[in-house]
Amino acid sequence: MVRQYETVFIMTPVLSDEQMKEAVSKFQDFLKNKGAEIVFEDHWGLRKLAYPIQKKSTGFYHLIEFKAEPALIAEMELEMKRDERIIRFLTVSLDKYALVYNEKRRREKEAAKAEETK
Amino acid sequence: MANQQNSEIRYLAPIAVDIKKKKYCRFKKAGIKYIDYKDANFLLKFVNEQGKILPRRLTGTSMKYQKKVSRAIKRARHLALMPYVADLLK
Repeated sequence: MVRQYETVFIMTPVLSDEQMKEAVSKFQDFLKNKGAEIVFEDHWGLRKLAYPIQKKSTGFYHLIEFKAEPALIAEMELEMKRDERIIRFLTVSLDKYALVYNEKRRREKEAAKAEETK
Repeated sequence: MANQQNSEIRYLAPIAVDIKKKKYCRFKKAGIKYIDYKDANFLLKFVNEQGKILPRRLTGTSMKYQKKVSRAIKRARHLALMPYVADLLK
């Protein structure tokens, strides 16, 4: 059964812009190769952490929303654990209310963007 | 003793009896179905200045949504969007 998931991960701030993009694309490719469908992506950029993780006080946040089989999640999380560029991650399965909420949020964002360009 | 005979207590100014405001669940009232763990600013309303989750008896949130609030706060803490322990958060 295919379900929709949402993963947020934090990368170390020591990465350069290119290294960071490379790390992100690694997981995008990983998901695509395993037959997952990426629905939405959001790069939050460098953010301050509320408490230090691995002695670092900032990190690059990245969010991926995708549709996948449940078995894929364990594989992906194992891959993230092994990757030392990623200092923290969280995968959440989305229920019907979350789907509606995300959809609505995205539409609002797009509307705000369209307004800006006008 | 003259004081004991005078049992009626008199106040100079009338004591303020505050009328209890009825608490309500803000999620039920506003029709919010999903609580986003990524929205740390909103979740800040449900913690005290030490970063502890406020009990239902203070916020008035219903059981159903209190569970969701606490889950969202715990997720936000994991992602370092909110602190586990803090001083003077507000």
